[in-house]
Amino acid sequence: MSDKTLTRMELSEAVFREVGLSRNESAELVETVLSLMSDALVRGEQVKISSFGTFSVRDKNARIGRNPKTGEEVPITRRRVLTFRPSHLMKERVSTGKRA
Amino acid sequence: MIRSELIQIIADDNPHLFQRDVERIVNTVFEEITEAMAKGERVELRGFGAFSVKQRDARLGRNPRTGAAVSVASKRVPFFKTGKLLRDRLNGKS
Repeated sequence: MSDKTLTRMELSEAVFREVGLSRNESAELVETVLSLMSDALVRGEQVKISSFGTFSVRDKNARIGRNPKTGEEVPITRRRVLTFRPSHLMKERVSTGKRA
Repeated sequence: MIRSELIQIIADDNPHLFQRDVERIVNTVFEEITEAMAKGERVELRGFGAFSVKQRDARLGRNPRTGAAVSVASKRVPFFKTGKLLRDRLNGKS
């Protein structure tokens, strides 16, 4: 895979280019999008973005894990995990490397 | 929460922005992420999570109904790993 990495900076730069707000406000709005999504997930809501994918929160029960290196048993407490299920459109675009 | 609700909340909180601009902002964010992954790039959003692309090699699969062997071509699949801050927040820390 390419080793190029996008960050918040590239996303706000794209918003700046597309919408023509100030760089500052563009960056703030990108942050707003991420924190609104995070807040909804923390409340236990599903976040469903059409043609992108679905983020959902799942409850995992406690179980006994094992340190694969030492074989030692370690208790894993119950916890909530986030899963992302990409949409068909995203899967298709990523799998073929094609543009929309 | 769905895309249109996300747009609505941001529009309500930012009365100085046109609704259509808020739509473009939100759409741009998701489009940029998808576009980057389509190019095989990684998207790292500290605290939230990281999107990356994994290579799945070609393999010999099997039709579960008929048992017939079918070759599955190699492909690239999107992958998301939750960021530490969000993982902690989901579990009531910080």
